[in-house]
Amino acid sequence: MSRPLLLTCLALAGLVLASVSIGAASVSPWHLLSDPEGTKLLFLSRLPRTAAAMLSGASMAVAGVIMQLLVRNRFVEPSTTGTVEAAMLGLLAVTMLAPGVPILGKMGISAAAALLGMAGFLALIRRLPPEEPLMVPLVGIIYSGIIGAGTTFVAYQADLLQYLGTWMNGEFSGVLAGRYELLWLAGLVAGLAYLYADRFTIAGLGETASIGLGLNYAQTLWIGLVTVSVVTAMVVVTVGAVPFVGLVVPNIVARIMGDNLRASLPVMAGMGAGLVLASDVLGRILRFPYEIPAGTIFGAVGAAVFLWLLLGPKRRAR
Amino acid sequence: MITVRNLSHRIGSAEILHDLSLDFPKDGITAIIGPNGAGKSTLMGLMARLVPIQTGKVEIDGHCVAKTRTEALARRMAIVTQRVGVASRLRVGDLVGFGRWPHHHGRPRDEDHAAVERALAAFDLTELRDRFLDELSGGQNQRAFIAMGLAQETDWLLLDEPLNNLDMYHARALMARIHALSREGGRSVVMVVHDINYAAAWADHIVALENGRLAFEGAPREVLTAERLSRLFGMEIGVEEIGGRPTVLHHA
Repeated sequence: MSRPLLLTCLALAGLVLASVSIGAASVSPWHLLSDPEGTKLLFLSRLPRTAAAMLSGASMAVAGVIMQLLVRNRFVEPSTTGTVEAAMLGLLAVTMLAPGVPILGKMGISAAAALLGMAGFLALIRRLPPEEPLMVPLVGIIYSGIIGAGTTFVAYQADLLQYLGTWMNGEFSGVLAGRYELLWLAGLVAGLAYLYADRFTIAGLGETASIGLGLNYAQTLWIGLVTVSVVTAMVVVTVGAVPFVGLVVPNIVARIMGDNLRASLPVMAGMGAGLVLASDVLGRILRFPYEIPAGTIFGAVGAAVFLWLLLGPKRRAR
Repeated sequence: MITVRNLSHRIGSAEILHDLSLDFPKDGITAIIGPNGAGKSTLMGLMARLVPIQTGKVEIDGHCVAKTRTEALARRMAIVTQRVGVASRLRVGDLVGFGRWPHHHGRPRDEDHAAVERALAAFDLTELRDRFLDELSGGQNQRAFIAMGLAQETDWLLLDEPLNNLDMYHARALMARIHALSREGGRSVVMVVHDINYAAAWADHIVALENGRLAFEGAPREVLTAERLSRLFGMEIGVEEIGGRPTVLHHA
């Protein structure tokens, strides 16, 4: 096991302990295990909440790095490229037009919308000059702003704005056993991406290098895009998007470990899980017994880290 | 042998290649020369299936490039193109390691590791193996990508302007290395070269393109004449024999 992976696992273990022992009901860790009421609390609320935070963090980090390699730009992630907004638009459409569709169906439609949104983004950035990498995230933010504005308008007309709020802002206080299990599927999809780690890394070298190495580039691209859209849709549907996870985590890990996904993907997943869980724990402590959504905390910290990545100390280059 | 038959290529209304037919002989180095816009890189891209063929046919040792699976072609030929855009943040050793990917698809064996070591050593990259690509100079980057193509250990090695970004020392070292490969390693090399003197010094066969057509081809000694080169590049070019081989005087 590599050192970064070991450190990530250790930090994660500590955070899990903190997460299960902190909550509105003050129950000592001992009572969580010995008292029947405590055990119930543990299995109905605390553990599901912890798992939900970790799964969404891990899968969003994986989605982020896949997107970055396929787009060949470090400053993109689902929430800055219209993917999250398109997933919300799909979800809104199915909520308005066919409210009776079961949750998996809703998720499927949302994922399809996310995929379309991403395809639109890819078509858009193909026209950008390759020597201007910062244009890509800028265009992405404008593009997602436009889709988001359209979604908000439709939701406003249909009086469904409160839904958008829950989808847009990742929040774990409502997570109970039986209400978050889709996230295991998101985690599974992100885990399966590891089988394609080498292919995504090669795709990150560009289309010509990929073809030269005999990679089926189109297939790899589609598998990556489907992975990203499915993960995004599932996270949006169950707990709401946590912005910047997919951006901040892969950038930090790539600085240390580079882009070879076979080595770095587990660390990225672990760090994504840990940072979202830490935000959730922090959100529970800061205004105890009230809560601040994890998405808000991560958004604030993540935006600062993003700026630092853009403007901060340059890498030893050239 | 790579055979090109009736190859035409258009981009929009511009005709890049016009009914081109020629053979690239097996063994040795073939240099493709010609002015900007002659279609050299396009020809290379079509031969290496980087660009889909519109009309005509390319066969590599009897295998039709358009019909053979891309994985299978990756074990017959390696292509290294001119780099554009942002470098990936891979370690040099990992990048060169990916040259073996067509052979093991994720499960490297001893022979794969050995091939990577050979390629790293061939380009003085062993000491740089743990450095990230985005922390290297342009020339070091270029060498790392050529080493990846070399590690692929295919019968054919296609290089599109491999001397770009290289200083004199590394340009000559690269040509010497490729020459040795073609002699001892039994590899066939096709390369696009801008500096004709490198072609004159190292190539066994010259292919000159002009406006998407074959201008002339043959052994350097026979075809690199003042008259032909002057016509090809549209300028006065002198050719002197220095040290037993043609030397092209085009700088002033």
